Amino acid sequence: MALSSVLRSESADFADSFNQPFAHGCGLKQAGLGFGEAVDDSLNFAVKPLGEGDEPERKIEFLHGTTTLAFKFQHGVIVAVDSRATAGSYIASQTVKKVIEINPYLLGTMAGGAADCSFWERLLARQCRIYELRNKERISVAAASKLLANMVYQYKGMGLSMGTMVCGWDKRGPGLYYVDSEGNRVCGDLFAVGSGSMYAYGVVDSGLRHDLTVEEACDLGRRAIYQATYRDAYSGGQVNLYRVHSDGWERVSQEDVLQLHIKYESEKA
Amino acid sequence: MTLPADGGTSFRSDASAQETQDLSTSGGHIAVIQRVLVRQLKMISAQACGANGKMKDYHYSGPVEHKFSPYAFNGGTVLAVAGEDFALVASDTRLSEGYSIHSRDSPKCYKLTDTTVIGCSGFHGDCLTLTKIIEARLKMYKHSNNKSMTSGAIAAMLSTILYGRRFFPYYVYNIIGGLDEEGRGAVYSFDPVGSYQRDTYKAGGSASAMLQPLLDNQIGFKNMENVEQVPLSQEKAVQLVKDVFISAAERDVYTGDALKICIITKEGIREEIVPLRKD
Repeated sequence: MALSSVLRSESADFADSFNQPFAHGCGLKQAGLGFGEAVDDSLNFAVKPLGEGDEPERKIEFLHGTTTLAFKFQHGVIVAVDSRATAGSYIASQTVKKVIEINPYLLGTMAGGAADCSFWERLLARQCRIYELRNKERISVAAASKLLANMVYQYKGMGLSMGTMVCGWDKRGPGLYYVDSEGNRVCGDLFAVGSGSMYAYGVVDSGLRHDLTVEEACDLGRRAIYQATYRDAYSGGQVNLYRVHSDGWERVSQEDVLQLHIKYESEKA
Repeated sequence: MTLPADGGTSFRSDASAQETQDLSTSGGHIAVIQRVLVRQLKMISAQACGANGKMKDYHYSGPVEHKFSPYAFNGGTVLAVAGEDFALVASDTRLSEGYSIHSRDSPKCYKLTDTTVIGCSGFHGDCLTLTKIIEARLKMYKHSNNKSMTSGAIAAMLSTILYGRRFFPYYVYNIIGGLDEEGRGAVYSFDPVGSYQRDTYKAGGSASAMLQPLLDNQIGFKNMENVEQVPLSQEKAVQLVKDVFISAAERDVYTGDALKICIITKEGIREEIVPLRKD
């Protein structure tokens, strides 16, 4: 589905139009902006690139400034995210909602470019709803993640930055897929995405078992994000925790990292 | 890999024995290129210097690259605060470019509906075009739906308008202030490509990094202990905005001249103009 046709159509568009190449006018290349304050100040969960002329082709993907994680366990999927958004080294917001509610039983997380994530996941919500109306049944997590992956693959190489996890519950049980703007789409039991992901992996890997109770799993997710915000400068704000179960998702908690710090310090003593 | 056998200032064709050997290995190519580049640099600097080794004055022979940038930075700061039953959108009125001031009377608040005002700062050309597009879309909505757009709807629409130019963005920092459907104040802040969220207060534009922490302290009471969190009254909010802009004008070159505050209540939109530093 072409981005341009979606945006121009005021009414619902049921015919899948052929993908038109995006008009590039004076195509905005980060290198060609004449002055110091780069337009690349767009709200980002991504760390700003080091500066043009470093390497001609950046093969290694930059880590994105955020921490999001999701894991499956016997009672569903736990999704935990931080809430910081940075523009370069300026913290633009500490209260960003990085979990996007696609529909009552599907969640998507946000890492990378904020506008990219929210726009494409909102488009995914529309596609999921169209699927439901056409097929009279809910879309599976695999299909939803595939729709998203195919949508952004058409823009591969054009500078989109999006690393997202599609989490939900369908006929096959809990579902968790990682989709990004490079074209990756992988199914798994545990993912952590963002610059703080390594810290989060450490915590979750050491505490994850399939037979956790709901309470223990929530605590594990919360702790992992907290530890990541503690050590990663680009993550912080609040920890938002969601749980997906057979009847859909529910918002478990939203806690400020400072309050969590006080709580964990007192537990240590 | 062959080097052109040109005389004069181009590559010298007499590759040394070492270089010929290097060419046969994969890493050797890099070594050869490096040597050739060093030689070229020496030749260029030999031209720039006279016979005695001192730099020749003001003479550069060689290609000069000129870049065209479709953007300019015109400065300006915008601020919006949402209260219980009111909203404020304030902006300075200076329009600058580089070291010059184009105008001292170019406010950055634009009235959209009776309950919504948008503040746009950044590149003035894009601000003008964007507001024209928004006004046209508002009219279209009014004609097809027989009602005015609500603040939340305008915000969602602006997000898709901005993302439509994802690959050649509008260089504009937008903040929308208005009343939501229940009559409460609402502020929506955007980035240049359309990411947005609803806030209680937000500063955008050139002095945003200076204003935002001050607002965090005075309105958000962030990280303060033993403080009574009173909701903001309209008079206090207006006074705070004036103080905050006076501070911004002190320390940001792009902010100054005058301050225009739009106060949005259910009675309508009232404007106040306050002078600021003109230097």
